[in-house]
Order: sequence, then structure tokens, then C-alpha cells
Amino acid sequence: MTEFLTYVIQGIPYGCVFALVAIGLVLTYKTSGVFNLAFGAQAFVAAAVYYDVHVRHGWSRWPALAFVVLLLSPALGLLLDVAIFRHLRTASPIAKLVASLGLLVAVPQIVTIWLGQASTFGVVGIWWDDNALYRFGGKYVLDGKQMAIVVSTVVAVVLLGLLFRFAPIGLRMRAVVESPRMTELAGVNSDRVSAFSWMLSSLFAGLAGVLLAPLYASLAPQNFTALLIAAIAAAAFARLTSIPMALLGGLLLGVIQALLSGYLPPASVIAQSLKPTLPFAALFLLLLFWPGLRSAVQNRDPLSGIDPPPSPPVAASRGKFLTNATRIFGTVVVVGALAWLLTGATSYWVGIATTAVVLSVVFLSITVITGMAGQVSLCQATFAGVGAFSTAQIVKVFGLSVLPTMLIGALVAAFVGALLAVPMLRLGGIFLSLGTLAFAVMFDTLLAPLGWVSGGARPVRVPRPIGFVDDRSFLILCVIVLVIVSVFVIFIRRGTTGHFLHALRGSETAARSIGINPTRVRILAFAVSAGIAGLGGGLLAVQKNIATKEDYSYFLSLFFVVLVVTLMPSTVEGAINAGVGFALVPEVLKLVGVSASWQFVLFGLGAITYARHPEGVLEFQKRKSLAAIEKRLPERWRGPGANPPAPASALAVPEPAGSVD
Amino acid sequence: MALLEAVDITKRFSGITALDAVSMQVDDGESVGLIGPNGAGKTTFFNCLLGLLRPDGGAVNFAGKNITRTPVYRRSQAGIGRTFQRMELFAGMTVRDHLLVAERSRLGTGRFWKDVLNLSAPSAEEQSRAAATLGLLQLDDVADAPIESLSLGRGRLVEVGRALMTEPRLLLLDEPSSGLDASETAALADTLRAVQAERGTAVLLVEHDVEFVRRFSARLYVLDFGTLIASGSTHEVLDSSEVRRAYLGETV
Repeated sequence: MTEFLTYVIQGIPYGCVFALVAIGLVLTYKTSGVFNLAFGAQAFVAAAVYYDVHVRHGWSRWPALAFVVLLLSPALGLLLDVAIFRHLRTASPIAKLVASLGLLVAVPQIVTIWLGQASTFGVVGIWWDDNALYRFGGKYVLDGKQMAIVVSTVVAVVLLGLLFRFAPIGLRMRAVVESPRMTELAGVNSDRVSAFSWMLSSLFAGLAGVLLAPLYASLAPQNFTALLIAAIAAAAFARLTSIPMALLGGLLLGVIQALLSGYLPPASVIAQSLKPTLPFAALFLLLLFWPGLRSAVQNRDPLSGIDPPPSPPVAASRGKFLTNATRIFGTVVVVGALAWLLTGATSYWVGIATTAVVLSVVFLSITVITGMAGQVSLCQATFAGVGAFSTAQIVKVFGLSVLPTMLIGALVAAFVGALLAVPMLRLGGIFLSLGTLAFAVMFDTLLAPLGWVSGGARPVRVPRPIGFVDDRSFLILCVIVLVIVSVFVIFIRRGTTGHFLHALRGSETAARSIGINPTRVRILAFAVSAGIAGLGGGLLAVQKNIATKEDYSYFLSLFFVVLVVTLMPSTVEGAINAGVGFALVPEVLKLVGVSASWQFVLFGLGAITYARHPEGVLEFQKRKSLAAIEKRLPERWRGPGANPPAPASALAVPEPAGSVD
Repeated sequence: MALLEAVDITKRFSGITALDAVSMQVDDGESVGLIGPNGAGKTTFFNCLLGLLRPDGGAVNFAGKNITRTPVYRRSQAGIGRTFQRMELFAGMTVRDHLLVAERSRLGTGRFWKDVLNLSAPSAEEQSRAAATLGLLQLDDVADAPIESLSLGRGRLVEVGRALMTEPRLLLLDEPSSGLDASETAALADTLRAVQAERGTAVLLVEHDVEFVRRFSARLYVLDFGTLIASGSTHEVLDSSEVRRAYLGETV
């Protein structure tokens, strides 16, 4: 019994941190409909700045703490609301999720550009004496860091409870969620209410960040992202709506984690991998089995029906002259680049080009799942990893030749994708995204380190296929694969599957009403997408001659989505642009002489525009400039699209990516 | 035997009884209206017929089969088509593609391997069937226009066309006149009558606009507070004093 209580008490501080983050998540979700993945990044900012002002600038503890938690964090929340999320209120839940995903990628990098590399940060607690020991009943011990967490959480939660109980703002916050515009009609300034709730939740993020930092050896953004995903489990436990349940969920998670690590033999494989995996496993299981989550209301503004539809794509049909001109231009660029790469270029640039081509294949998987099926999957790099590890292991164990094995690897990934899709699709919308994220992290922590998956400490080596050993011929092979996969994707889009997916994206209810089985079509899309990612992953492993788990981490999944969505998620051309961007942008940054972190900032912030331009910023700009060129062309070269703009539509067409009822 | 038979449909929402043992039937080729004031339970009843809601009690039979627990897409395959009160069109698709998608779905011939080999282009027969429906609804001039460029009234017709492509035996129309002006409404009623004359589809119409109902439906059901308060031939029902009191707000 004593032992049990010791473990429970050990778990409570962690539980408190999970709870703080979960409460913040529920707060923003309830009041703005945003599932704020950037929450981990906000916590990181607070922890980093606290260290900076307290240690480097020598502020004493309390002013530093007050500055960070009471001033900086709410200010950051206010900034996020005013600059970004206020404008996304009527956007689809998916668009909001993508915007916060962009911030999750961008914000920690901004901090490191601003304050220096994260690895140079130490950690410092807020308690008088971090190492003091406090005894309860003579036996149960907490140290200063843990006491700080418990005390702060209790204070924060009590204050929050009082606020909701006694302040009218609590009621207003709830009203704004239902419909900001209806609330405004009732005379409430909804901007002010939403700003307040963002500041409040950001304060919770800041507090959690400062409290959590001392529990780790160093200050790294990954820790905070992991914390965030763990807290999602607690938020899911609360069905994203109940703050007391979020508190309870967080505490339970912390305690169960401590109990597991206490009772399982410390050296066993299960203990080693289960403890860090627990929150993600919990999230995964909760998403699948927790009643009520499935039917959790996905915010939809009752007044959104009267919104004008999004402006029609610019110059969707352009004249023959311009079409041919752009085609010829594109062909010249591609052929020219290939000719240079195969003759004059140094092997360094051949390597970069190969990366671009290989990543383009992986990104085509996002074209299928996000562009065509309208679902945001956050485990595409994991599918690539499944393909890579399968390829590497099968070649090693069975001695098959590499090329056919890559296809087998792709099939394995497709199978895993279909298997994952079956339960995930029941969830739909942001829960599907969160579920895929949980799967990605689980794969990273539980499966990827195992010997039979990645080779463990000694990653599996993969030879290049015979005939394509040297870099230039391997590049040719990659280009061939890319062309085949591109044609494959284009055919699917033109075919029945593509049209059914288009219908589902437009209106799931209507698609079902004409006899389309949504589950079947979407499982197919998931399998195809995972298969393509697996093929790309296999190719990447073969390119590098090795399959390492770092090349397929969940963070890359996030970055991939952000990158593709920023550029153009719905076309094959977009995937290739994203591949080129992925390989080339770091080189350009190097050339300009700025930190490589900027690429994350660039694309992370770019993802915010997804809500306004679901076709991608690059695609939007391209259409706009082509339309402008066309207007200047002589009359006979123009297409129908350049003539007077189509009449504004009277139809309330739902957002393409938002059909997730 | 009746084509559609709803028996004692009951639906409650957290204590409130939205539908209380509502029964009705529609025969092959018939044109039936369902009216009632706001909040009478029309939409709830509609959604129970379509499978978007699962009734707490009662059964829905269609063409002799119990379909109470059948998923929405199977009901379409069984022969129920519908339109929507709030337009549900496929953004970014042309009018013709709306019809072709529905046609392919009805045929059930879409195969993944055909997509991969680029063999999924619409056949001549599919094209001609789509063209016939476009002609019937007088949508030929906008056949290849993006759906966003259509007016509300013609958007409604696209929904009708899309539903017709699945060759329904019963077409459910959910307040087709909402958002249309008087002349558009009259044109829609004419077109729908023409459709029914040519295809012989049974139609169940949920509608606010009494004039529309009078023009279009031969028989009427009236819902109020979740119960059926009247049924019979259209002019009889519309003239009955109880209906006038409940629905038209007239004191007799």
C-alpha cells in the first residue's frame, strides 16, 4: 500500500502538467473551435524566455516568472488570436487545425533564431529550492520542482473555477463558440471575449512550460510537442469540452504512468517502451473507444449558411495559347535541369536533385489524402518509414532484389494504411488527424526502436539496385518512379475513385444520398496514399543506403503536411514543387547566409493561409498571375476564363476541406 | 402494396418527443406532400426516412423490405433519391460531372484497377443518359459550367438531376422552393411535373409554400407538434378547419 501511494504521489506532478495543458486546449477549443496544436510551442516559448531573462539577464525569480506567465504568455495568445485565429472563425475545423500545425512547426524555430539554439538552454525551476524534499505522512516525498507544479496547478485551477463561476465572461465565452455573429447580435463584443480566452489559455501554456522545463534535462521543443500530444489524451478524455474532466484526465494519465514505471521491472522491454508510449496509446484508445467523442460537436456556425461561397478559383479554364505556353516552359525547365544534372552538375547537386525527386514521391501521398480525399493525415512520414523498413528488412533477410522489394514495401505500407483507416475514419475531421498523430508518435517510440523494425542501434543497410548504383543513374531511376506515380495519381483522380472523393469532399451527405459508400472510398484513398508514401520511403532508404528511424519521425510528418499544404495540396505539380522546395530551400538559405531554421518558419507560417487558399498559396499566386497575363494577351489568344468574371454564386457551397459531419 | 411505408415512427431528442408514432405511405408513381409549421417535425421525419437519423421506434419499409437500419448509401441503391433544403452540391465540379458521378454510383461499375489503367472515362451510354437528364431539366446550356456559377433555382435542378440519375423509384424533395422567388418556384413546379410525367417517379415533397404544394401534390399529410393531424387529398386537407388553424394560423 505504501509503495502504491508512493507511486501515485510521484505521478501527480506530471499529471498536473498534463492537466494544465489539457485545460488550455479545452479552453481554446471551447471558445474558438480551434484545436490548438501550437500549444506546445507556446509552452516552449515561455520556458525559453524564462530561462533567458532569469539566468542570462539575471532577473530575480519572481519578476521573471511574473513577466513570462502573466505578461508574455497572454500577449502571445492575444497575438495569435488577433493576427490569425480571429479571421478563421468561420473556417472549417481542419483549416484551423492546419493553421495551428503551422505554428507548432514555426514558433519554436523563431525562438531559436531569436534566443539561440535550444541545446544551449539550461533549465531552471521556480521553487525556492528545487532540490528540497517535502515529506507527507513521513514517507511520501516530493522535491521542490514537483511541489512547485502541484501548488501552481491548484492555484491556477481554483482561480479558473472562480472566474467561470462568478464572472459573466464565462457565459459569454460559451456563447461565442456557438456562433460569434449571433452573440454579436446579442450585444456582446465577441472579439473581446475570444481575445480573453486566448490570453487565458496561453497563460496556462506559459505556466505549464515553465513548470515542465525542470523535469527534463534540457530545454528542447520536442519535449513540449510530446507533452502536447500527451495532453491531447487528457483533453480527449474530457471530450474536448469539460474542464474538470480535463483536470481529472491529466491527473489520471500522470498517475497511471507513474504506476506503470513503478511496478513493471525497470529493465524489461515493456517498461522501457510502454512508459513513454502510454499517453499516445491512451489517446489512440480513447479516440477509438471513448463514447461521445465521435459525436462531439464539430463547431459549425449556424449563420455560416448565409456566407458567400469562397471566390471561385481564378481562371480555372484558361486559353489554349497560355496553356501551351506554360506547358512548353515547364518542359524546357525540366529537360534543361535534367540535362545539366546528368552531365555537368557536381555530385552534391545530383544528391539534392535526387532528394527532391524522392520527396516528391512521398508528397504525392499527401496530394492523394489531403488534396483528393480532403483528410489531413499526420502520419505520412510513418507510412514512408513502414515502406523503408519493410524494404530494408526483406532485402536483408530474404535476399530479394531491391526493385521488386520496394513494391512489396509499398504494399505493406498500403496494408497498414488501410488497417489504420478502418477505425480512424469513423472519427473523421480533426479527430482523424489527432489519431494519425498518435499513431505516428506510437510508431516512433514503440516500434521504430525495435531490432526487427529499424535494426535498433545498428540501422539496416540497403544496397542500390543493380544498374542504378551510381548517383546519376539512380537519379534517372527516381525520375522514372516519380513519373509513374504521378501518372498513377492523375489517372486515379480522373477515374471513378477521384470523382467519388471529389463528391465526398464537396458534400458527404449528398454523396451518400447518391449511393456512394464513404468508408469504402476513403479506406481506398488511405491505402493508396500510404502505399505511395511507402514507395517514396523505400526509395529514400535506397538513396541513402540505410533506413534510419530519424528519417521518418513524426515531426517530419507534420512538416511534410505543412509544406505541401502551403504550396499546392491538390495537384501533382504541387507535390513536385514541394519536393523541390524541401530540397532547395535549405540551399537557398545557406546561400543567403541565414539559419536553416527559417525554412520551418517560412512554411509553418505559410500553412496559416490554408484557410483562405485551400488550393495552396503557390497555386493561388500562379492562377492569379496567369490570369493577369491572359488579360494582356490579344483577344484571339484568350480563353473563356479571361472574359468577364463568372457571376457571383448564390449557392452556399461548403468549404472543400470542411465536409466532416 | 405501398412503395414507401413508414409505421409509427417515433423520435425523441433528450426528453422532447419530436415525432410521436407518425405513419404514412406513398404508392408507386404517386405525388404526396408533407406540410406543417416550423418545428412540426417534418425534417426529423425526413431524416428518419433517409437514415440520417435512427428512429427510437417504428419501422420504415421500402418496396417490401424493412430499411429502418439500412445505411444511407444503401437506401439510394434501393431506390430512394433526394434533394436538400440547404444546397448540397459538389464544389468545383461541372453540372455534367454531378450527373455522371451519380450515374457511375448507380451502375456500381467503378473499379480501382480501371482507374489505374485510365479506363474509367464515362461510356457513350453514360454520356447519353446524362445528356437526356440535362435536356429534361433544361440544363443543357450550363452542362459544362462549374457549379458555382449557377443560380439557386438551377442549382436545385442540378440536385434533382443528380438524384434522378440514380433512377429512384421515390424522390424525396426537401423544401425545394426555399430561397426561390415566385416565378422560379412556379418554373420548378412545372419542371418537376414534367419529370414525373416522363419518369413516373413517386415524389414525397416536404414544403412550406402552400401554393407549390397545391400545384404539385395530389395527396397531403399534415404534421403538427410531432403528430399527424390530417391526411387526404390536397384540396380536402387544405380546406379542413383543423389544418387552417394549426398551419395557416386562421381562426375559423
